[in-house]
Amino acid sequence: MEGIIGYGAYIPRNRIKVEEIAKVWGADAPSYKKGLMLEEKSVPSPDQDTITMSVEASKNALRRARIDPREIGAVYIGSESHPYAVKPSGTVLAEALGATPEVHTSDFEFACKAGTEGMFVAFGLVKAGLIKYGLGVGADTSQGAPGDALEYSAAAGAAAFLFGRENLVAEVLNTYSYTTDTPDFWRREYQYYPQHGGRFTGDPAYFKHITGAAQGIMKLAGMKPADFAYVIFHQPNGKFPMRVGEMLGFKKPQIEPGWLVPRLGNTYSGSSPLGLTATLDIAKPGDLILLVSYGSGAGSDGFVFKVTGKIDEVRDLAPRTRDLLEKNKKYLEYGVYAKFRQKIRKAD
Amino acid sequence: MRDVAVIGVGMTPWGELWEKSLRTIFVEPALLAIQDAGVDKVDSLIVGSMSSGLFIGQEHLASLLADYLGYGPIPAARVESACASGGLALKMGYLEVASGLSDVVLVGGVEKMTDVTGNEATFALGTAADQEYEGFHGITFPGLYALIARAHMEKYGTTRQQLAMVAVKNHLNGSKNPLAQYPFQITVEAVLNSVLVADPLRVLDCSPITDGAAAVILAPVEMAKKLKKPVVKITGIGHATDTIALSGRKDITWLESVYLAGQQAFKMAGRKPQDIQFVEVHDCFTIAEICVTEALGFVEKGKGGQAVERGLTSLTGKIPVNPSGGLKSKGHPVGATGVAQAVEVVKQLRGEAGDRQVKGARVGMAQNMGGSGGSCLVHIFERE
Repeated sequence: MEGIIGYGAYIPRNRIKVEEIAKVWGADAPSYKKGLMLEEKSVPSPDQDTITMSVEASKNALRRARIDPREIGAVYIGSESHPYAVKPSGTVLAEALGATPEVHTSDFEFACKAGTEGMFVAFGLVKAGLIKYGLGVGADTSQGAPGDALEYSAAAGAAAFLFGRENLVAEVLNTYSYTTDTPDFWRREYQYYPQHGGRFTGDPAYFKHITGAAQGIMKLAGMKPADFAYVIFHQPNGKFPMRVGEMLGFKKPQIEPGWLVPRLGNTYSGSSPLGLTATLDIAKPGDLILLVSYGSGAGSDGFVFKVTGKIDEVRDLAPRTRDLLEKNKKYLEYGVYAKFRQKIRKAD
Repeated sequence: MRDVAVIGVGMTPWGELWEKSLRTIFVEPALLAIQDAGVDKVDSLIVGSMSSGLFIGQEHLASLLADYLGYGPIPAARVESACASGGLALKMGYLEVASGLSDVVLVGGVEKMTDVTGNEATFALGTAADQEYEGFHGITFPGLYALIARAHMEKYGTTRQQLAMVAVKNHLNGSKNPLAQYPFQITVEAVLNSVLVADPLRVLDCSPITDGAAAVILAPVEMAKKLKKPVVKITGIGHATDTIALSGRKDITWLESVYLAGQQAFKMAGRKPQDIQFVEVHDCFTIAEICVTEALGFVEKGKGGQAVERGLTSLTGKIPVNPSGGLKSKGHPVGATGVAQAVEVVKQLRGEAGDRQVKGARVGMAQNMGGSGGSCLVHIFERE
């Protein structure tokens, strides 16, 4: 048996409300709140990036897994906001955790799916018997151009998962991937903000790949929506995961525990992984959980998890995701937000 | 000049056709029209397209489409008059047949609009406005029609609700059109609560961005009579222009080009507004339909809003306007719109319009407009 032995989340404490952004651009806040089901989003502090947030989330995963970090054989961070274009994020993380030097490290990039890719490969190496423990992290300080619809959702956060063969918190029963070349969202080298295809990001992109992956993995597992206690989909806004859930035959109570986006925003590579940490926080032994990520470009990874009796033992060894989301918040005005996100150019 | 009939029509579903390229979008309805006409040859092709260069980076459209259709080396021409490109194609096709240069002419209209972002599409459409006097100052098409709407409201007391009723009526009609992009019904409340685009116009006052095409086959009436279908003749054509910029007009609530084109068409056909049993008009925005019904003489000047409210323009009203659902519900692939209007009028006159059939229709009209009325084409069709 292979699966998750520890999980951890990290969400920065800064928030900005949809109204505060809309006010600056003369946009209609109620239509964003109603249309996209967004209220506020997390904002990283100036000294936070994908690496620092990955370290925080991974330490929380280690607290729950209670293993010797030197036995971690692989460290993978998936992100579209790696601080360096050349120089890995994963080496900093591996060093900070004390997992070096006998460790395989790589950075993943696949729009919002990079986090589950790291998880997918870390799990695969454990299952193959090549390593004892593997770490997969999804983290982003997402970019959205000022005034663009993305600015209301692009948020920051990280989730980390340690995989192993013993003392499982959640067994991985199945994995599945669904990928095509569908250019719905992209950012070229040296561009600061991504571009997107507007409504094209919907039906032929998000909905096609998530339904494709969800139906594929359920067929593989011989399961149907009613078999799952919970389901987590990628959450670019509040509306899409609810709609795709309904299309597939899931009910609101199955989606809601992992549906963080209305008050978190879209943490890109951290989005569905954070939904999973929030769901594990409240899951009971024996629960089946379906996770389907989505990354533009485009593809979806699917996982079926079965929660074990260990969950009750480890749950409170690190902060719960909902507590990170709702406690100790600090609201920013747009000016400070613009400074934190380096949208203001100072003299060289 | 020979009398001209429409012997074939073709249209396939409109929408955000991301999986199809322009040439495919065009060829599908073109082949349907050829099949519908039952002809084994086409002498020439006229295609209307507003801005394939800006939308997909492709000019030289007529040769491309003639070739892809398998009809090369026939003569082919692309015509442009902004959103009235389709209507202009129809007129040019008419001249081709009437003059005797061709016997069978394929007239098509096509636009592929969803390959670009919303901003790029807004820019492309904005090129139908006067760039020096309007565009460079930042105004967009919703902005221009918002000015017209505001002026109409001030001058004639047209209400926000009446504007919404145009959209509600057209969506009701469009819900009966299986080819429409948005074949669903909406309410006045939904329009009033939709996102504000350019005050007073909201998103549900605006026609959508659409991929689509339509095609008709024109031939001499003598040839049409030999076919086993009702003969639908083009009996009136009107074509006029106006200043492209609104600032050049005496009264921005009055569409002079529409009035003049309407008068010409009525004169040529020997008809009056009362003779027209239904009309397809260019409702690119709700206010446009109100202004057009006034300029064509179907309602009194300033009473277009009241006419909608009183149900005069509904499918069962005195003068049904936009039985197809109009640009609002059916969609608005700009270059295709004028040809699609002709397709609808012919279907109505043949009695093939299904649930949205105007009972006993024998005389119908299509009005297609470029920009904010800088050009206008009007055609009257009659069943023999």
